[in-house]
Amino acid sequence: MTPPRAIISCRDLTRVYRMGDQEVRALNGVSLDIHEGEFVAIMGPSGSGKSSLMNLIGALDRPTSGEMWINGRALSEMNRDELADLRNETLGFVFQQFNLLARQDAFQNVRLPLRYARKDVGDIDARAKECLELVGLGSRMDHRPMQLSGGQQQRVAIARALSNRPRILLADEPTGALDTKTTVEIMHLMQDLNKQGITIVLITHEDEVAAYAKRQIHFRDGKIETDTGNPDIERTVGAA
Amino acid sequence: MKYGVAISSAAEALFSNPMRSLLTMLGIIIGVASVMVMMSIGEGAKASIEKQINAAGTNVLTLQPGNMNRGGRNQGGGSGRPFAESDVAAMADLPFVESGSGILSGQANAVSEEANWTTNIQGGNAAYFEVNNWKVEEGRTFTEQEAQSGAAVVVIGKTAAANLFPDGNVLGQRIRVNSVPVEVIGILESKGQSGGGGMGQDRDDTMIGPLSMVRNRITGGNRWVSRHVSRIQLLVQEGYNMSEAQDEVTSLMRERRRIEPGQQDNFMVVNFADMIKQRAAVAETMSTLLAFTAAVSLIVGGVGVMNIMLVSVTERTREIGLRMAIGARGGDILLQFLFEAIALCTLGGLLGMAIGWIGVFGYAQISQAPMVVSPIIVATALGAAASVGLIFGFFPARRAAQLDPIQALRYD
Repeated sequence: MTPPRAIISCRDLTRVYRMGDQEVRALNGVSLDIHEGEFVAIMGPSGSGKSSLMNLIGALDRPTSGEMWINGRALSEMNRDELADLRNETLGFVFQQFNLLARQDAFQNVRLPLRYARKDVGDIDARAKECLELVGLGSRMDHRPMQLSGGQQQRVAIARALSNRPRILLADEPTGALDTKTTVEIMHLMQDLNKQGITIVLITHEDEVAAYAKRQIHFRDGKIETDTGNPDIERTVGAA
Repeated sequence: MKYGVAISSAAEALFSNPMRSLLTMLGIIIGVASVMVMMSIGEGAKASIEKQINAAGTNVLTLQPGNMNRGGRNQGGGSGRPFAESDVAAMADLPFVESGSGILSGQANAVSEEANWTTNIQGGNAAYFEVNNWKVEEGRTFTEQEAQSGAAVVVIGKTAAANLFPDGNVLGQRIRVNSVPVEVIGILESKGQSGGGGMGQDRDDTMIGPLSMVRNRITGGNRWVSRHVSRIQLLVQEGYNMSEAQDEVTSLMRERRRIEPGQQDNFMVVNFADMIKQRAAVAETMSTLLAFTAAVSLIVGGVGVMNIMLVSVTERTREIGLRMAIGARGGDILLQFLFEAIALCTLGGLLGMAIGWIGVFGYAQISQAPMVVSPIIVATALGAAASVGLIFGFFPARRAAQLDPIQALRYD
């Protein structure tokens, strides 16, 4: 099979977890293409398989069967170190719980992916500063996570995800721990980033959050239920 | 491998919980301190033994009348009929003997114009100095001619000189030894204490005069043996087999003393360097044993480090998951925790060395025993500590490196 042209491409993915004697089919034959520049919201009730798909796209987990390509490369052919490099160079992660290192300030947190980079990334400090300024935290670089609000912490996490200039941003319930006002701010930041060309895949179970995406995919029982464009997209753009 | 991030992450973890780090290091600190003290004692003993061997001379045979072990009873050396100067001459004529000296020793009360000092006096011939490895620091030794004629001269040791002549003007001075006036013609180089542990004799508290002068005028003669000597020392030619020499000297002396075959010797032929070497071997075994015990405590410390590292890996599982998610390879994580363990142990090693050094210094002060802290000991102690970190840090570090990124991220 020749690799498809989409930046993320999945064919017939299944993921089976073994819990004691029971087999749990978290993903059951999912095929999906996401093209460069898309802003996709993956939705569904808990246990529907959306997180399992996210783990596979994030090269954090391997499918039980099926094949997937990220940026044209088949993940099944890559070893652990190559997957780590892929996460470092091509993917950026944003988590619900931010996952910042508590002992390090914002600046150091943002630098971290660059310090693990194996290709030449130039001036690490300048890049980290640039990313923090992009998310509007240029004045709080020396604050530790404890000294920042939830929204600010998530901005630091986004800056960290952007620091190595990824082509894909993966966000797993990024606003799950934030209030409504902060949620709107973070989602607008995501839209801005998407406009600059970054492909965004977002997991959420809230319709208000999914409304910021251009495409919405609903999961149920490990399968894609619906995959539609977002007719209401115009209402969210530039509303802030 | 990305060393920079591994090192800075390890250092950060180390100093974020200083109390825990310190407690973890305690085992290593104690281990390294004891390794250092034990090795220093061992090295010190070795150095002092080497000094003793040099002082005794490696190729010197000493003959003493009497036998340490006659009929199962320990009678001690020097208790039998003394040798005569003719015995010395006969021994010195053996082909493998370079030179020989009869020796007479006794106590003497020396009086200078300034002070009064009781010391021991040795009578010998001119070869005495060579055989006993005595060197003259100032002045000269007596000549063979002076030895023969019984000149009233002595060469004195450092301690005796210091006590008799507090003002330091020694050479050419006249002193009275047991009321006999003699001239001081030389001062011996210092040899220090014999034996370790503060129990040895001060070898510099002595004076040496011509044999006949000492016998005739100071210690007095023997009722049964004319021109007697209390010991004979023989300098054996370099390279000659010492035990062979010992056998030949023994059989010649048995002949001269008319001892029938089957009868026990009534004298002893001793190679002091050999005896010291045997003692050294025992001391070496002992210090090896002590060092081994110290090494065991280091290993126990290592187990403590491993324990805390495992706790640390568990506590930071989410952090490990995050680092993996943003692109850390397994090797990067391995390195980070390995560096943490090595840094913990090396830091503990440095602290242990400081404490060990204080211990070495204190022990040396109390016991008067020589202790040696050589760079080799420092390197060994530090190297051992770092190796403990490497060995006991590897298992927890590998466990961290092999974590599944998803499970690590979801861990709480």
